[in-house]
Amino acid sequence: MVDLNTTYLGLELKNPIVASSSPLTQKPETAVQLEEAGVSALVMHSLFEEQIIRESLKLNEDLLRGSESFYEASNFLPNYGQFKIGPESYLDTLKSVKDAVTIPVLGSLNGVSTGGWVDYARRIEDTGADGLELNIYYLSTDINMPSNQLEDRYIDLVLDIRRQVQIPLAIKLSPFFTALPNFVEKLSQVGVNGLVLFNRFYQPDFDLENLEVVPNLVLSNSNEIRMPLRWIAMLHGRVSIDLAMSGGVHTGLDVLKAMMAGAKVTTIASAFLQNGVQWASKIQAEMVAWMEDHEYESIKQMQGSMSQKSVEQPDAFERVNYMKALSSY
Amino acid sequence: MKRPLVTIDANEATALVAHKLSEVIAIYPITPSSSMGEFADEWSAQKKANLWGTVPLVVEMQSEGGAAGAVHGALQTGSLTTTFTASQGLLLMIPNMFKIAGELTPTVFHVSARTVATHALSIFGDHSDVMATRSTGFALLASNSVQEAQDMALIAHAATLASRVPFLHFFDGFRTSSEVNKIEQLTEDDLRNMIDHELIQAHRLRGLSPDRPVLRGTAQNPDVFFQGRETVNPYYNQCPEIVQKTMDKFAKLIGREYHLFDYVGAPDADRVLVIMGSGAETASETANYLNQHGEKVGVLKVRLYRPFSVKHFVEALPATVKKVAVLDRTKEPGAAGEPLYQDVVTAFAEVGDLHPLVVGGRYGLSSKEFTPAMVKAVFDELKLGAPKNHFTVGIHDDVTHTSLDFDPEFDIESPQTVRCVFWGLGADGTVGANKNSIKIIGEETDNWAQGYFVYDSKKSGSVTTSFLRFGPQPIRAPYLINKAQFVACHQFTFLEKYDVLKYAMPGGVFLLNSIYKPEEVWDHLPRDAQESIIKKKLRFYVIDAYDVANKTDMGGRINTIMQTCFFAISGVLPREQAIEEIKRAIKKTYGKRGDVVVQRNYEAVDQTLENLYEVTVPDTVTSTLTRRPPVPAQAPEFVRDVLGKIIAGNGDSLPVSAFPVDGTYPVGTTQWEKRNITLEIPVWEPDLCIQCGKCVVVCPHAVIRSKVYDPAYLENAPENWLASDARWKELPNEKYSLVVSPEDCTGCGLCVEVCPAKDKTQVGRKAINMAYQPPIREGEGVKWDYFLSLPEVDRTQISMRTIKNSQLLQPLFEFSGACAGCGETPYIKLLTQLFGDRIVVANATGCSSIYGANLPTTPWTKNEEGRGPAWSNSLFEDNAEFGLGFRLTIDKQGEYSRELLSHLAGQLGGDFVEELLSADQKSELGIRQQRERVELLKQKLQGMDDPKARDLLSLADVLVRKSVWIVGGDGWAYDIGFGGLDHVLASGRNVNILVLDTEVYSNTGGQASKSTPRAAVAKFAAQGKGTPKKDLGMIAMAYGYVYVARIAMGANDQQTLNAFLEADAYDGPSLIIAYSHCIQQGYDLINGLKQQKLAAESGVWPLYRFNPGLIEQGKSPLTIDSKAPTIPVSEYAYNESRYRMLLHTDERRAEELMKKAEYDAKQRWELYRQMALLQYQEPQNGDDAEEKAD
Repeated sequence: MVDLNTTYLGLELKNPIVASSSPLTQKPETAVQLEEAGVSALVMHSLFEEQIIRESLKLNEDLLRGSESFYEASNFLPNYGQFKIGPESYLDTLKSVKDAVTIPVLGSLNGVSTGGWVDYARRIEDTGADGLELNIYYLSTDINMPSNQLEDRYIDLVLDIRRQVQIPLAIKLSPFFTALPNFVEKLSQVGVNGLVLFNRFYQPDFDLENLEVVPNLVLSNSNEIRMPLRWIAMLHGRVSIDLAMSGGVHTGLDVLKAMMAGAKVTTIASAFLQNGVQWASKIQAEMVAWMEDHEYESIKQMQGSMSQKSVEQPDAFERVNYMKALSSY
Repeated sequence: MKRPLVTIDANEATALVAHKLSEVIAIYPITPSSSMGEFADEWSAQKKANLWGTVPLVVEMQSEGGAAGAVHGALQTGSLTTTFTASQGLLLMIPNMFKIAGELTPTVFHVSARTVATHALSIFGDHSDVMATRSTGFALLASNSVQEAQDMALIAHAATLASRVPFLHFFDGFRTSSEVNKIEQLTEDDLRNMIDHELIQAHRLRGLSPDRPVLRGTAQNPDVFFQGRETVNPYYNQCPEIVQKTMDKFAKLIGREYHLFDYVGAPDADRVLVIMGSGAETASETANYLNQHGEKVGVLKVRLYRPFSVKHFVEALPATVKKVAVLDRTKEPGAAGEPLYQDVVTAFAEVGDLHPLVVGGRYGLSSKEFTPAMVKAVFDELKLGAPKNHFTVGIHDDVTHTSLDFDPEFDIESPQTVRCVFWGLGADGTVGANKNSIKIIGEETDNWAQGYFVYDSKKSGSVTTSFLRFGPQPIRAPYLINKAQFVACHQFTFLEKYDVLKYAMPGGVFLLNSIYKPEEVWDHLPRDAQESIIKKKLRFYVIDAYDVANKTDMGGRINTIMQTCFFAISGVLPREQAIEEIKRAIKKTYGKRGDVVVQRNYEAVDQTLENLYEVTVPDTVTSTLTRRPPVPAQAPEFVRDVLGKIIAGNGDSLPVSAFPVDGTYPVGTTQWEKRNITLEIPVWEPDLCIQCGKCVVVCPHAVIRSKVYDPAYLENAPENWLASDARWKELPNEKYSLVVSPEDCTGCGLCVEVCPAKDKTQVGRKAINMAYQPPIREGEGVKWDYFLSLPEVDRTQISMRTIKNSQLLQPLFEFSGACAGCGETPYIKLLTQLFGDRIVVANATGCSSIYGANLPTTPWTKNEEGRGPAWSNSLFEDNAEFGLGFRLTIDKQGEYSRELLSHLAGQLGGDFVEELLSADQKSELGIRQQRERVELLKQKLQGMDDPKARDLLSLADVLVRKSVWIVGGDGWAYDIGFGGLDHVLASGRNVNILVLDTEVYSNTGGQASKSTPRAAVAKFAAQGKGTPKKDLGMIAMAYGYVYVARIAMGANDQQTLNAFLEADAYDGPSLIIAYSHCIQQGYDLINGLKQQKLAAESGVWPLYRFNPGLIEQGKSPLTIDSKAPTIPVSEYAYNESRYRMLLHTDERRAEELMKKAEYDAKQRWELYRQMALLQYQEPQNGDDAEEKAD
C-alpha cells in the first residue's frame, strides 16, 4: 500500500487532498461527507472584510430609510433581533464544522486593509481552527500607487495578523505579481507558513444585449493547473514555506503533478461541486493506482521531484512564449 | 424603593405595563397606537416574560374588529388579555366591547385617543373615539401625561380584575402617546404588589372549559332581557370606589396620589375648569400661574370618566366655586352639549348644594394646540357676567362666532426651563438624534426632560421639527414651544421657505448647517433671517455638516454631527462627558448593525467641533433675498389664500370661514406647491432617445413628460429647447420633446435606470441622465412651462395599446408627496393617463390616500376640458363596498337616464335617442362622439318644460361611459377589506380593483399582512413569515367571471398596460394586483424596477392575465405572461433587507424558509401553467356566462 501522508503547515495529513473553500465546507453535514470521502483537511469559506462592511452599511441604510420622518411610522423594518453581522455567524459555523469532523479545519480570512478586522483572526483561532488561510487581494486601480507600496501593504497586513495568532498561517495569492519569488520570500520572513497558488476571482463579463458588465465565475478545469504547476515547481526549494496548489485540480493525476512540482497539498472545490463529494475517493484511488503502477512508495517521495531544481531542463519552466521554445532547440 | 428614571413616550410606558400583565395580546396596527403593539411584539420576540415568567402571545389580526373578537375569545377562555388601538379601530371594537362588558369580563384596552374621521381623516388626537364608546359599559380612565399613562395602565389592570368591569385606558394621541418625558418607571415588584393573584384565579375559573361546561351568550326575549341587563348595576356602582381604593393602594406603594377627580388650584377658587387628558396639565399649570398672580381659579382633572361618580365629582370641587367651564376635546353636532359638559350639568343638578353657572366649550380637536393662553382665555371668559356657552377655543370661528379670543403672547414657562427647537429634513436623522439627546439629558443629568416631534404630511422631502425642553422642574407643558433659547436649522434651504427664527428668544442661540463658510454665510441669509439675528441679538453658529458627513462617509446623515454641536454650544453637559454620552448612544443605537457603522458615527462626532464656528454678526441687514411665497401669485384664490397658508405652516391662523363645509376640495393643487427637494434631476439627450416612453411611464411623480407637436411651436420655444423628429407613423412630420419639471422631481433616478438607450461610444451615457439641479433649475423650469403650453395629443388619433403611445397621454395624477421612487404611484398615474377623464376612484385609507389627499394639496388633477378623476376616501375597511356604491349609482342613474330618453324620444327625435342609447363607447372616438351627443341632448333639454326633461338634464352626463376604480394597498385588500372585496367581486358588477401590493402595511410602518411573502421579515413576523403569501388572484379566479391580472411594471410594462386596458374593457369585476416596490422592503428604490424583474424571473411574482371574456371564445382565460422560474428566489430576495435580515438573526430558519419559498414559487407557477392548459368549451345558451352574480 502506498503512503499518501503529507505535512502541510505543520499538520500531519493522511493525504494531499484538501477541500478548499466552497459551499461544501460551510455546513457540518457536507463537511462530514467530505471527510468520509477521504479528504484530509478542510478550508472554510472566507470571512470577508468587505462583505461584513457592506452588510453592515446596507442593513443600517435600509433600517434608517424613511425612519423618523413621518407621523404614522417611526421606522419600517423590525429592528428587534441581534444581528450577527460581524464574524459571529462565521465563527458559529466554524465551530460546528470543527465539532463535526476529526480532520484539521482551516479558517479563512479575506481582507484588504489593516485595522480592527484583523482581530477576527484571533477569534478564528480561539474557535479552534487548526490554521488560517489569508485570502488577500487588493485590486490597484490607482495610477499613483507603485507595486512596492502594494506589496508593503500586504506585508503589513500579514504582520498584523501574525501578531494576533499562533496557529499556522497560509496565504493565498493572486498570480499577478511582477516578482513573485521575491515577494514570497518576504512573506516567509514575516511568519507565513504556507503559500496557496493561486486564487481565482470573479472576472467580469459583458452582456452584449444590455451593454452591461456582469459578474462571472465558472468552475475550473484541469487545464488551469499549468500556471500554478509552473510556479510551484519554480518556487520549490527556493523558499522555506509550504506550497499548496489551488485551481484546476480535478483528477488524481493532477494531484500527482502538483506533488511532483513540489506542493504539499492540493486544494479542491470545483471538482467536488461538479461531481459530488465522493469524487475525493476517486481521486485518491486514481493516485494510488498510478503510484502502484509506477512503483512509487509515498507521496513524500515524489514531492518536488519535478521542480525546477530537480528536472533536466530547468529552463523549460522559464519559457514564456513559442519563439523562445523554438530557439531553444 | 429606588425606581429607575427613564425618558420614554407614553406608548412605551403603557406597553411596558400591559405586556407584563398579559398572557394574550391581539392587535391591529393603527396610528398613533401602532407602536404599543410593536413594542409588545418586539419584547415577546425577544422572549421577555410577563410578571409570571411566561412570554405573552402577541397576535396581529386582520382588523380591529378581528382583534376585538380574538380578545373576547381569549378572555372568555380565561386569559389575561389586552389590546391597543385608536380612532376607527376603537369603533370597530365597539360591538365586542358591549359583549365583553355585558359579560363582566376584566380586560384593559389601551387607547391613544385619536380623531374619528368625519369631513376628513385625521391621525391626530382628540377624544371623539373614546366618547363613541361611552355606552359600551367599559370604564373610561384618562391619563394626562407620560407618567400617568404608565401609572393608570397599572391601576386599570388592577381595578378591572377587582371590579370585573372592563377598562378603556386612554391618553391623547401624539401629544401624550408620542411625547418623550422623564418618568419614574414602575418595577416588577410594584406590578406584583398591585395585582391580586386570587382575582386572576377567579377570572380563569370563569373561563369556558369543557371540564366545567357552561353556556354564555344566550339569546333572550322581551320577558327577561331587561332584567338581565340590570343585574350588573352593583358592579358599576362599586367600580368608582374600587378604582379609588386601587389608586390609594398605588399611592401607598409608589407614592403618587391619584383620585377619581383631582382638583388643582386655589382652595377658595370661584372659577373652575373641568377637563381630562393632556389639556388638564396645561390647565393646571396655568391655574397655578394665575393664582400666583392674584387670581382664584382651579382645575378639576377628570380621571375616571365612566362610571361617572357624581358624588366624587361634587366632593372634589371647592365649595366656593361660582362658575364652571367644562372643556371637551370632542364635538357632538346636534347635542345639547358635549359629553363631559352634559355629565357635569347632570351632576350639579342631581347632587349637592353647589349650583354654579356651567358653560361648555370645545378645544384641541385633531391635536389642535391647547396652550396656557387658551386656558387663560377660558378663565377670563368666566369672569364675564354671561360667559359664552358652547364656545370654542384655539381657533377663530368667524361663522358662528363660538370662539374665544386669546393672547398668543401669554407665556407661563419658567425661565429655568431650557427650550430648544430643531428644524430637520426627514431623511437626515434629526429626530432620531434629538430623541437620543433628550434621553441623554433625562437619564444622565438631574434635569427633567421632554421631547416632542412634529412632521409634515409628505413622505419625501418632509420637514421635521423637534421641540426639546429640560430643566430642574418636571416638565408639564404638553404644547409646542414658541420661545426657544436654542434654535437649530439643519437644512439651509429652509430659510428660504420658513420663518425658522420665529421661535428664537432674544439673546438665544442660532445654529445653522451651512454650506457657506462662516465669513461668507451672512451674505447668503434671507433678509428676515438677518433681521431676526440682529434684532434678537442671537449668537450665531455655523457648521458645514454635509461636508463633515461626506468626509466621514456618513452620506446625508448629519444627525450625530448636529447633535454634537448642540451639546457643545448648550453646555448642558461638560463637553467630554457629552461626547462620551453621544458615543454611548451611538453604540446602543447602531452597535448591533456592525462596527463600521459605529466607527463612522464616532468619526463624525470627533470631526465636528473643529468645524463648528461662531459667526461675527454684523450690525446691519444687507440681504436683498426674501423668502419665497409658498405658492406663486398666479395661483387660484383658494390655493393662494388657504392652501398657501397651510403650505407655509400657518394653517392655524385660518378662520372657520376659509374652509369648505363638507370636506370638498379642488383638484390639481400640487402643481402650485413647488417643493424643490432634489439636487439632481434627469436631463434628456435627444440624439440617443428612441422615444420609447419608458422613463415617462415609470416616473412616480409625473415630472417627466413627452409630447408630439407641430414643428411650428419651435418658433416660440425658449432658449435651449430640445426636440427631435417624432417617430410615430400616425403622427407624421411632427416634433417630439421630453421635459422634466425641475422643482417637482424628487431625484429618485428610476427614469435613468429604466432607459434602454445607451450611447454606442460610451455606454454609461443614456438618453436620460442625472445632472446637478441648481444651475439648470431655472432654465429647465422655463422649458417645463413652455411644454405645458403645448397642446396635448389628440387621444382619438393614437392607439393606447403601446407604452410608447400611452405615454403621450396627459397624466391626471402628478407631483404627489409619495416617497421618492415610490412603486405605487406609476400605476395610478398610468390609470389616469388611460381613463382619467371618466373615472371615479374609491381609495382605501393608507399610503395612497395620504399622498393622494393629505392637505394642503392633492396630486389628482383635471385636463383642459375640466375632466379628471373624481376621488374619495371613505375608510380603510370598506373601500370595495364604497366603490361598489359608486357603480350602483352609475348603473341606476344610467338605467333611469335611458328610461327617460326612451320616454322623451318623441320630443328629442327617435334617431337621436337611438344613437345615444346604442352608442359604441369602446374607443376614445366613440366616447368623444357620445360626449358631443350628450352636449346636444343637454341643449335640447334646456328648452323643454317637462319635469322628466329636467331630470334627464341633471343625469345626462352618465350616458357617457364611466369607470369605477377601487384602489388600495394589500393591508386593505388581503386583510381588513377582504370580506368586502370578495363580496364586490362576487357581485359581478363592473368595477375595477387595483391592489397596490407592497406586501406589508406601508403607511403604518411595515406590519405583516397576509400578502407578506414567506421568508420575509416584517413587524409581527420578526422571525420571518412562516406561511406563504395569500394568493388573492387565485381566489378571484375561482369565481370564473372575474378579470384578474398580476402585474409588475418593472418586469413587463406592456403586460401592465394590457391589463389596465382589458380590465377597464371587461364588463364585470376586475382585479389587478400590482407589484409595488416600497422602502419597507429594504433596499434603495432606484433598484425597484430591477427587483420587479427579478421577482418575475424567480417565480415569486408570476405575471398573468385571467380574462373570462376568452371563455366565450372557447379559449383558456388564463394567459401566463412570464416564463417558468429561471433564477432562484434567493437571487431576488437577498437583495432586500426584509429577507436578508433573517440571515443575520437566524440563518438556519432563513435557509429553511427560503427553501420553502423556492418550492412555493415553483409549485405556484406549475399550478398556473396547468390551469392555462385547461380545455374550455364555448358556453351554450343558458350557460352561466352572463349571469355572473348568481
